[in-house]
Formats: sequence, structure tokens, C-alpha cells
Amino acid sequence: MTTDHILLDHGSGGKMSSAMIRNIMLPVFENPILSMLNDGANLEINGVRLAFSTDTYTVSPLFFPGGSIGDLAINGTVNDVSMCGARPLYLSVGMVIEEGFPIEELKRILFDMGKAARRADVLVVTGDTKVVPKGAADKIFINTSGIGWIPDGVDVGGEKARAGDQIIVSGTIADHGMTILIQREGLTFDTEIRSDSAPLNHMVQSMLAVSRNIHVLRDPTRGGVGTTLNEIAIQSSLGIKIYEDRIPIKKEVAGICELLGFDPLYVANEGKLLAFVPPSEVGDVLSAIQKNPAGKDACVIGEVTDTRPGRVIMETRIGGERIVDMQTGEQLPRIC
Amino acid sequence: MSIKHAEEYRDKKLSRSLIQEIQKNSRKPVRLMEVCGTHTVSIFKYGIRSILPKTISLLSGPGCPVCVTAQGEIDAFIELSRKKDVIITTFGDLMRVPGSNSSLQQERAKGQDIRMVYSAFDALEIAKINPDKEVVFLGVGFETTAPTIAASVLSAQVMNLTNFSVISAHKKVVPALTALLQTKEVNINGFLLPGHVSVIIGAGAYRGFIKNYPIPCVIAGFEPVDILTSIHMLIKQIETGKKDLENAYPRAVTEEGNSKAKSLLNTVFQSGNAIWRGIGPIPDSGLFFQKAYEAFDATRRFQISYQQTPEPKGCACGEVLTGIKTPLDCTLYKKICTPLHPVGPCMVSSEGICAAYDKYHVENNRGSCNDD
Ligand code: SF4
Repeated sequence: MTTDHILLDHGSGGKMSSAMIRNIMLPVFENPILSMLNDGANLEINGVRLAFSTDTYTVSPLFFPGGSIGDLAINGTVNDVSMCGARPLYLSVGMVIEEGFPIEELKRILFDMGKAARRADVLVVTGDTKVVPKGAADKIFINTSGIGWIPDGVDVGGEKARAGDQIIVSGTIADHGMTILIQREGLTFDTEIRSDSAPLNHMVQSMLAVSRNIHVLRDPTRGGVGTTLNEIAIQSSLGIKIYEDRIPIKKEVAGICELLGFDPLYVANEGKLLAFVPPSEVGDVLSAIQKNPAGKDACVIGEVTDTRPGRVIMETRIGGERIVDMQTGEQLPRIC
Repeated sequence: MSIKHAEEYRDKKLSRSLIQEIQKNSRKPVRLMEVCGTHTVSIFKYGIRSILPKTISLLSGPGCPVCVTAQGEIDAFIELSRKKDVIITTFGDLMRVPGSNSSLQQERAKGQDIRMVYSAFDALEIAKINPDKEVVFLGVGFETTAPTIAASVLSAQVMNLTNFSVISAHKKVVPALTALLQTKEVNINGFLLPGHVSVIIGAGAYRGFIKNYPIPCVIAGFEPVDILTSIHMLIKQIETGKKDLENAYPRAVTEEGNSKAKSLLNTVFQSGNAIWRGIGPIPDSGLFFQKAYEAFDATRRFQISYQQTPEPKGCACGEVLTGIKTPLDCTLYKKICTPLHPVGPCMVSSEGICAAYDKYHVENNRGSCNDD
């Protein structure tokens, strides 16, 4: 059964998003830069290498423990540019605002954006605002684009993974997605969890300062670590093996995931990165990450293999094996 | 809500030693069925199949509520969602299940008001704030979900909410076990009985079944240590020729079960014949409204009659749900039937067997019915 309408699953970052991009979007814009399908585009203009990325933010609720749509919009694009190995410099901001939206809330969002931009050391240099009639948008949508400079000798991309590379995750997974879910659904638990929304550019710069051999950098946002690792396995035509008992996750987040039947590997993160590093340099890169407050829980969760190309396999905590597949659509909760 | 941790039941060392015990004790080739969809997912999630000895085949049973919901019922849900001024409320996993020519998810994209909820009580709230709409909750599940839904009906009565109703497509586990053992082709040496359902119905609910159809049975929890312990107990029974009911989940399951939940269930619902997808009609296996609560029965309110619709061509769900085949034996599996374009319900629900195979199964590990 195929569908002739856009479903929410098309926006989940999983298989359906990927099929939509490949089947109806790529053919229209066909060019070698876009077809790399990295977080941002790598461009070369008169010998200067630049990274360019764009992202659109909608989130409900707009404000949540650990952040708001404002810092998400800044951090998200800062991170996408950073994942090209670049130093993000300038951002644009576009907003679609629904008629009747409280100015007080707009001010709070802008305040958060300003704060996030200063924290990440980037300048917002151009912008645009549209107001649409009530009902034509849900409160506020924000688009940000960013441009950054790629230092000499830096060469990262999903297709550059090598067999033997060690895979680092910079901290606990699934914090952001579960925070948003329980806020949106009004679920209350006996512990509070917070979004991990944070800029990663300073972390990336300190990593690149100790190693120019980082092969892949990715922030596992929508679709989570599971989907991102699958993308890299496909892009590089290599296999990936991860170990369940090494994957850092906060106890309370793991508990909520379990209760709702969610697999934390597919839950979004907004302040975490994955790095693929040759074994000889993994120690240096890991300690560079751990020096950053957002990276204190960083660890190696697996490695790249030349068996089972395109597949991600996980050794479970009891020593069994299973596939970590790309997610099909949004995870749908069931409480028995 | 409070969050429980189950670290001790995921212990690597304990799991390892259980696996060694199982390897030591298992001689005959056996076919064990985990009846419950949550077990299927746990077994895959922890890679349990990949570490069991070759003598043991694990088969998945009819314990995924969405998978056993008849296609005619799914079609009726979709039909109802197209009615004016009706809000459909449902658990998330029904959204993608294909009916004959649409799904709730596709209907929602076309503008029908279909909302995912976490409990029937959320549906009550929606009914309260939308007095000019009819709010229908799609009750699909086993004895685990039915008591809460019964409670929501009782609340609706107290609150005098006349715009709230429920379709009860609930099913009971024990009659399905009986039906399985009455089917000729079915070849099972022991059951892992569902933990969550047993919390409600109690170990006692299986006594009559075991007496009539003696077979090794163990009530199992959902953590790897629980599952391995239960498999170990089953293997010991089989190797020593015993056919008993054992409870490997005593921290949650008692002999009598949860009497409050049972009485809620029996107040609002009564047993009746129900059609199970893939299996067919099973006597006394469905839960339907008691006369006193008929006013909340959406099938009456909207005069819904279920049509018998043919199963999708080539789909082996029926044989998969009874353990006669595994998804690997279905010719459509992964070729035509994928989670993106599911042919049968077993490929849709997060607890569906085909979906679990597609998501977790490592190709060269065992898993076909023809392995042994
Ligand atoms: S793989 Fe698809 S078609 Fe085959 S049994 Fe499973 S759901 Fe049915």
C-alpha cells in the first residue's frame, strides 16, 4: 500500500524521510554536493573551503526543560556546520509566526537565540519574518542557515569511515527526544529529565586540534544514534559493530523509554556527536571531548568493520547479537 | 508515574551461567512458543536466539494484539473515522496497520480526526472538552489493557458522558492457547506464558487449560534473566517428561492475579466468540460489553457490522502467528512486505513478529522453522 499524501513518518528522519529525499527531491536538484547527503554542504570558493547548512525547527512545546525552540534553532545549525569539520561563523534566521502569537513569548525565544549565538560565538547577520493568518502555522516555525570555514587538512564525511575506526559518542543519548515527548504528552514522572541542547563547535575545534584524522563527525539528532550509524554504514559501504553495555544513557531516561516502549537508539539528541577516529588517535580525541562540560560522559561505543557492509550490528548486554536497523517512521508508543 | 529499574535481571554473568545450564540440559530438539509480543521483542532485543543451543527453536505466538485483530475490524475502524463529527482515539500501534485499502495513519493525513492516546482516560478527557463530537476509543489488546478501558467506561457513566464510546476488540489469551493445541499442524513442545497478562489473570487461570491439554508451561517476565530462566525451566520439564505450570515471574504474578482489575473487567465485559486474524473464530476468546454497559458500545451506537475480508494474498501471517512458519518462510518477507509497505499486520505493530524479524534478525543466525 503506497501513500499519495505526506505522512508524519516522512519527517521522522528514518527510512521514509530517506526514501522521500532520494526519490522526489534529489532528482530535481541533482548535483554532486547535494548527493553526498551529509549534514551540511562542503563548498570550495576561490580556494577557500566552506561548509553551508540549513535546518527548520518546529517543536511542541516551545519551551521545555533544558531549552527552547530558540536555542535549538541556533545550536542545531551551529552543530550541522560543525559536523562538516568547519568553524561556524555566520547564521541567518527566518521566522514564520502565526497571527496572535504572544509578543512576550517571541521575546523569550529571541533572548534564548541571542544567548545561544553568543555561547557558540557566531553572528546572526541576516533574517526575515513572515506572519501568517491564525491556523496557517502552529505558533512559530524557525529556519536557520549557517556558514563556516573548514581549516586546512580537515576532511570529514560519512563516506570517509575506515575499517578499524573507533566510534565515540560524546555523552548520554536520548535526553532531548524523551524530554520533548513527556512534556508534549503531559506525562509526569518522579524524576525530571532535561534536553541536552548545546553547541558543539568548541568541542569539535578542540578535537581537531589534537587530530586531523577524524574521519566522520555527525550529530545524531532526529532518528537518533541508530539511524545516524546506519547512514554512515551505507555511505561508507562498511559494517558497524556497537556494544549495548557501553552506550551511555541516564538511568531515568532509559526507564522512561522502556515504559513507553521506545528504543533509545532512535530517540533524538540535540547536543551530542558521533566521531569516527583511527585507533591510534582515539585516546587523544576522547580526552579532548571529555574536557568539554557537554562531553564528560563521552566513550567509545563500537568500531567499523569490513564485514556486513551497510549493516549496524549490536552485541547485546548478555552477549547476543542483533541488528540495529534504520528506523522506519516515528516510534509509536504503546502502554500495556 | 514511577520508573522501575531491572538491572539485576539483565546481569551478564547470571545470563551467561543460565545459557550454560540450558546448553548442558538441552538434548532433544524442541519447539518453544513465546505467546506474547513483548516477549518476542525482548528475545530479539537481547539477541537471545543467537546464543541458544541449536536444539531450541523459539516460535512466536498470537500475542501481538494488533496482529490478531481481524482485517474486517480494521476496515470498520477506518470507516468509522470517516464519519462526520467523530474523533477516533487509539494507541499508537494501530495507526499503520493496513486495512483493505487504507490505514488510520493515511486517513489522518487526509484530514480525519484521529488521535493517539496513552490511555482510555485521555480519550475521556477529549470527550469532555468536545461535547459536540462523538469520541470513540479503539479497544485493542488483551487482559492487560482491558481493565483500564473498563474503568474508563465506568467513569464515563459516573460523569454522564454520553459522547464517549468504545469498540471492544479485546481478546483473551487462554482460549487462544487451547485453539493452538487443537490445530493439527501446530507443533509446540512448551509455552512461555505472557507475564503482563498473567499479572492480571493470575497463574490460576491456566490450571484448567493445563489439565485438559497437558504441556510444559512457564510464566515468564521480560528481562533476559527472566526469559532465560523460563527457557531453562521448560527444558528441564521436557527432558524429564514433566508437563506442569511453573511461575518464573513470582515478583509480579500471583496465583489469583489482580482481583480489582479482574472485577473491573468482568463488570463491564463478558466473553464471547471472536475472530482472530490468521486463526479464525475461537469460542469465548473475545471481550464484549455486558448488557448494562451497552450504551458505551460503539459497535451498537454506530451500527457497525464487520465484513469478512480476505487476507492479503500470499501473506503467511496466519501460519506465522501459530508458529507453523516463521517470517523467513514467507515468500513476501522483505521482498514485497517491508515496514514501509507492510502487507500483513505482523509487519506493522512494534510487537509484530515480521516487524521484529525485519528490525533485529541477523541474517545468518537461525530463525527459520526449517532449521532443525
Ligand atoms: S512478512 Fe508480511 S506478508 Fe509475510 S507473513 Fe509477515 S506480514 Fe504477512
